[in-house]
Amino acid sequence: MELLEIFANPSFWFGVLRATTPILFAAMAALIASRAGITNLAIEGIMSFGALFAVIGSWLTQNAWIGLMTSIIVGIILALFLAYFHLKMKADEIMVAIAINLLATGGTIFILFMLTGDKSTSAALNSVVLPTISIPIIRSIPFLGQVLSGHNVLVYIAFIMVFVMHYLLFKTPLGLRIRSVGGNEHAAESVGVFVHKTKYIGLALSGMLAGFAGAYMSLGYMTVFTRGMVAGRGFIALAAANVGGRAPIGSMFSSMLFGFFDSLGNNLQRFSIPNEFIYMIPYIATIVMFAYFSHRRMTEKKRVNKKLAKGQISEEELA
Amino acid sequence: MKFPKIKRVTKEQKVEKQLNITKEVRKIEQRFEFLRIGLALIIALSVVLFIIALVSDDPLFAIREMLLGPFSSLRRMGNVIEAAIPITFTGLAITMVFKTHRFNLAADSAFYLGAMVTLMVGMYSPLPPYATIVIGLIAGFIAGGIVGFIPALINFKFGANELVVSLMLNYIVSFYVKYLLNYVVRDPYSASLQSYPMQEGINLGNLVSGTRIHYGLILMVIVVIVAFIVLYKTKWGYALRMTGLNEKFSKYSGIKVAGVVMLAQAIGTGIAGFGGAVEMMGLYTRFRWLESPGYGWDGVIIATLARGNPAAVPFAALFLAYIRTGADILNRTTNIPAEIISLVQAIIITLIAAQAFLSKQKQKQIVKTSTVVEQAGGQ
Repeated sequence: MELLEIFANPSFWFGVLRATTPILFAAMAALIASRAGITNLAIEGIMSFGALFAVIGSWLTQNAWIGLMTSIIVGIILALFLAYFHLKMKADEIMVAIAINLLATGGTIFILFMLTGDKSTSAALNSVVLPTISIPIIRSIPFLGQVLSGHNVLVYIAFIMVFVMHYLLFKTPLGLRIRSVGGNEHAAESVGVFVHKTKYIGLALSGMLAGFAGAYMSLGYMTVFTRGMVAGRGFIALAAANVGGRAPIGSMFSSMLFGFFDSLGNNLQRFSIPNEFIYMIPYIATIVMFAYFSHRRMTEKKRVNKKLAKGQISEEELA
Repeated sequence: MKFPKIKRVTKEQKVEKQLNITKEVRKIEQRFEFLRIGLALIIALSVVLFIIALVSDDPLFAIREMLLGPFSSLRRMGNVIEAAIPITFTGLAITMVFKTHRFNLAADSAFYLGAMVTLMVGMYSPLPPYATIVIGLIAGFIAGGIVGFIPALINFKFGANELVVSLMLNYIVSFYVKYLLNYVVRDPYSASLQSYPMQEGINLGNLVSGTRIHYGLILMVIVVIVAFIVLYKTKWGYALRMTGLNEKFSKYSGIKVAGVVMLAQAIGTGIAGFGGAVEMMGLYTRFRWLESPGYGWDGVIIATLARGNPAAVPFAALFLAYIRTGADILNRTTNIPAEIISLVQAIIITLIAAQAFLSKQKQKQIVKTSTVVEQAGGQ
């Protein structure tokens, strides 16, 4: 019953959108890299660096938009670093990503300590936060208005970005090229696509989106950078992108599912369940959904194969 | 251009020549492997020293503290060795797991859980200390093995990638350990958050007086040797290595790939849990880790440095422990935080993983040498 009460409260659904945003940005970062044929496990670390540099940029210039730009630039640089070592230096992308993630855990704290003398939060830097937007008309609708209006501007940008990315991936020549190098790079090369260049572009886009995700963490979701604030969202996003079929619109729905469980966890804290079990919820939900959708895809493939095999037999019989 | 004169060569001579060339090439490859690792270490250290020089008020002092500090006293040298023990175990764990060519990174939380389970055995066991210690070690191994087995099983049953599942599992298991610490084993009379102590006598015992080096070092050596034998001298180890090299081919040639892969992940990650047990009973009486110490990630670095060879793992661990001890000393004596070593770790992994790093030079050397050998053999 009390659970129903939570769902009837608009602030819960407001929280769902709020929690969806970083995962949505990161899931798009994951899917575009994956479409270009590279698993970007470094999103976690890039978000961490992005969140820190967003705060630094915002603090230095007292302009949150420049903070966002800083985060995006850092994201692109790190993603290109990954791309360079994978494509040019022939390193396993997972190993380079692990290196970036390790660097992020230590490096962000190092930089934070050097700037503030504090190892856990950037509260000492008075950074400016990105604005929230109150949508006219919609905000006056009961319930819905409370859910949809009054979010941080990046929340809206995230949902707009879904359609931008959808358009980019499926309606533009660049999108076609990105999908082709990820699908079969030799085929793409044979028809004159510059494979490496396209992969670099795909990874740069991925880094940009991860930069958005990082900036949202420290300039929207929270108002400061804190140690370990990304908390595996970059990894969850990899699962979300897979569950969403590596498509922006599918990933939007899967990310909202993850946002739902994240927000549910935040709202369950008033019950007398030990906090530790509540914190587990999004991660357990990730494993369950990831396993379920992987299983569906696996059985579907088997079914298709079976049908194909049957078809072949009938063809031979015909001949 | 002058072509070498064509001479009649017998079949044996040809074979011998070919063998010679292969031998030479292998020698060069080995030499370059060492060179690559050495150069990666040097580059990583120089970058860090450069950054220290930039941010420190007294760079010379800071650099000396970091590089020579770990050797300055017996206790500090002991610190290096005692820090190498847990990460040798996680390094072995990751080495074993990576042999399957699956990225199962559950070793991180396996270590954490292994230590917790051992603590609970040590707190509640009604048996005499020696039996309890043995049970604690086994319990740590099994706890870690279960953690490592879950992603493998989910992959087998549902086809979900181990990497993502194991990363999620790390969070879940860590929260579970924190729950146990907070609600089950916590000592409410203690001012800081820590568990009740284990019973009297549940300790691996000190090995070298004047330091904190404990008998876990011996256990570590044994596990390294066993891992080496299992991987390189048994049928199962052969099956595992072949599976990692080419899963489809191994399947085709009759190896039960799914079983081998799953067992290797469970046993491998179990070693990390065993490491947690050793660390718990070797150094502590109470459980004090509020967060996972992150030794699983160190394991990745060590496995990379050791290039998949268990015998090299302890040396890679010693190097990492040396750098870490140096950074800790730096942290205490100067204004530079110990987190600076994350840079060393990142550079080492990246450069060693980069196959193209020095590959041109290697190729040149191979071509040059094999031409020389070929001409020499022909005359």
